[in-house]
Amino acid sequence: MATTSVQSPRRMSAGRWFSELGWRYVVGALAIVYAAFPIVYVVSASLATRGRLQGSNQLFATVSSTNYEALSGTRFWQWVVNTLVIASITAVATVIMGAAAAYAFSRFRFKGRRVALASLLVIQMFPQLLAFVAVFLLLLTLGEVVPALGLNSRLALIMVYLGGALGVNTFLMYGFFNTIPQEIDEAAKIDGASHAQIFWTIILRLVAPILAVVALLSFISSFSDFLLAKLILQSEQNWTLAVGMYQWVSNQTDANWGLFAAGAVVSAIPVVALFLFLQKYIVGGLTAGSVK
Amino acid sequence: MSPTEAPVVNPDQSRPRRVSHARDFGRGFFVKLALVALIDALGVYIAMTSFAQGSMGVFWGMVVALVAVNWVYFTKRALPMKYLMPGLVFLLVYQIFTMGYTAYVAFTNYGDGHNSTKAHAVDALLIQNEKRVEGSAAYPLAVVADGEELGFAILDGATVRVGTAEVPLYPDVNAVVEDGVIRSVPGFEVLSRQEILQRQNEVTSLRVPVSEDAEAGSIRTQDARQGYVYRSILVFDESRDTMINLETGVEYTPNDRGQFESADGERLAVGWRVNVGLENFTAAFSDARYATPFFKVLVWTFVFAILSVVITFFFGLFLAVVLNDERLWFRRLMRSLLILPYAFPAFMSFLLWRGMLNKDFGFINTVLLGGAQINWLSDPWFSKIAVLVVQLWVGFPYMFLICTGALQAIPQDVLEAARIDGAGRFRVWRSITLPLLLVAVAPLLISSFAFNFNNFNIIEMVTEGNPRFPDASVPVGATDILITMVYSISGLDGGAAKNYGLASALSIVIFLVVATISVISFRKTKALEEIH
Repeated sequence: MATTSVQSPRRMSAGRWFSELGWRYVVGALAIVYAAFPIVYVVSASLATRGRLQGSNQLFATVSSTNYEALSGTRFWQWVVNTLVIASITAVATVIMGAAAAYAFSRFRFKGRRVALASLLVIQMFPQLLAFVAVFLLLLTLGEVVPALGLNSRLALIMVYLGGALGVNTFLMYGFFNTIPQEIDEAAKIDGASHAQIFWTIILRLVAPILAVVALLSFISSFSDFLLAKLILQSEQNWTLAVGMYQWVSNQTDANWGLFAAGAVVSAIPVVALFLFLQKYIVGGLTAGSVK
Repeated sequence: MSPTEAPVVNPDQSRPRRVSHARDFGRGFFVKLALVALIDALGVYIAMTSFAQGSMGVFWGMVVALVAVNWVYFTKRALPMKYLMPGLVFLLVYQIFTMGYTAYVAFTNYGDGHNSTKAHAVDALLIQNEKRVEGSAAYPLAVVADGEELGFAILDGATVRVGTAEVPLYPDVNAVVEDGVIRSVPGFEVLSRQEILQRQNEVTSLRVPVSEDAEAGSIRTQDARQGYVYRSILVFDESRDTMINLETGVEYTPNDRGQFESADGERLAVGWRVNVGLENFTAAFSDARYATPFFKVLVWTFVFAILSVVITFFFGLFLAVVLNDERLWFRRLMRSLLILPYAFPAFMSFLLWRGMLNKDFGFINTVLLGGAQINWLSDPWFSKIAVLVVQLWVGFPYMFLICTGALQAIPQDVLEAARIDGAGRFRVWRSITLPLLLVAVAPLLISSFAFNFNNFNIIEMVTEGNPRFPDASVPVGATDILITMVYSISGLDGGAAKNYGLASALSIVIFLVVATISVISFRKTKALEEIH
């Protein structure tokens, strides 16, 4: 691949530099333009005065905060709160339930343990998403008895998400729990600690990294869930960001475009910042099985 | 089923068996006691409510769950269960039960027209076929309310009669009537026109029985001023299990499809759900109305999932190889910028691209393509390309990251050894780097495939499955994948008649496909690992 027909030593080093490294910069720059232009565009659209799709094409033609101010006239902030509350509660509960299950599988030897682990593997293959009709019908029935557990309830949505807590995360945690030496438990036991004390005060601290990973994965998956949230949360004040912003764009894309752009920028900034900040850990965790 | 215990905190704090009882009642014990008491209180409340409402499924589920929770947390045995219980309850209710229920529904005709049990269907038929009794009197009427509950007061000659949906009409001597208009009724509030307008639908659907005898009919109103006696033209003869039309005398008997059918084949609109065996599955594969779009969708699902993985992987790999040179400056900065699409929340990317791909005003057509009029979202071919373009943008950074990681993990000494043995650059790449890289990323590629196989969000948010197949009688389109097709067929998006049975059957088909792929890939990756 390296070019060989070169005359002067000075030209050769430049040509050489380009064939070895320079073209890589060109490719990198092109790829960066490709990766970044939609984001530049959305920032520009959010700052456009007119707030319509057709007026957003000239990048940074106008800069104003109209769209951002208009957000407060909508339910946007309510959706942000809903999303954060639902995703956080789900994440915390998922971590605690998953860790408890992983502790049981990793530290106790009981009848049916292997069968239970194998069944979890099988259950994992059936995504909850596929059963959405049944989830809907179940909540319809439950809602007749206790409205808080039925359709249009944020609590019900959280509980549906928690149905997936064991299947998806137990294996990830189980593997990590197994790397914590049993001797630590035994030493604590000899010192008189109960199994609960060992779990809450010793093990949970030692497995903190995997807890963080699982919490993050769970948060991301409920943050971006659309199907179940759309199905279950029916009234506008209960919506999550995904449902609400979808509604903006699918009805009258043109008219709501400024609102959408501003909302997207506002809600993406913390996520992107966190992501770039935690880049090192996320890249490490990718091989642990997160897929986007 | 027991949906309610939400022990966000594992309540177990009990001590190991060997420790004496005296130490059993520490702080942890009381925490546990309080939590279990709370769960019991909620559980008993739910059990009682469901019993009162006749939801026996919920009732028994709750009872079983409560017994299980109390036994597990107060016995000295079942130690592992103390830790498994909270997650297990949710798993059982919201995942395993729903899986089982999906399988059950797949063999029924559950959906619009077959929504409930036979008893409900009979009630609904009787109500829907109510007609004003010919020549019956018009009663001056007032709409009254007791709190939230609505009722009617009618003027029957000189007596005022009051009733609600639950309480049949009874005479009330204390009501005040002025000029033939009911002004007040003790215990009720007479609604103003304004209030009636606000609750119009409730008022027009309210039925107040004339007497305890259901045959006597009920009072209904269209204008909230005059009430008439309505009576169903259908009568259900329970002993003969037959629905009789009083006007025509036609008798309808239940058929095996869950509907009342007359001798000459006329069916009543409301049916109930019955087991239809494999019909939903055969419909999906042999009924031309479903089979043709279904096969198109199936093919596109595979094409979409495979191409999604392939294009993102090769682009990501290409960038990883190009930028994986230690002599490059700004490598970290370039990497941070390249993974921006991955950091940007995916559903917002989809919506963003949907706007950018707009035919008339979108950024792609107007700016990048200089005013082209490409129908990105409503042409069968361009919409498919559009979905893949979006997928490439959203997905390549992930592949770039994992490929970079895998490349850097390849031991340098192996590469050096190959070079010393005289292998050229290409040879080293093809025989050493690529196989080692594939071993590392193959499981991720497979899970990426499985994920995209059911990537509901991208399809629903970018194209909504459009454009629709012109010839299909089901609301399915050129970019629909299986999961979005199931969503459309279920009718839960409001786009078509609900057909839970067929939708569930199709989810099972998807599950079988995904499970098969998982099993095969599981073996393949094992085989790959054994090579090295």
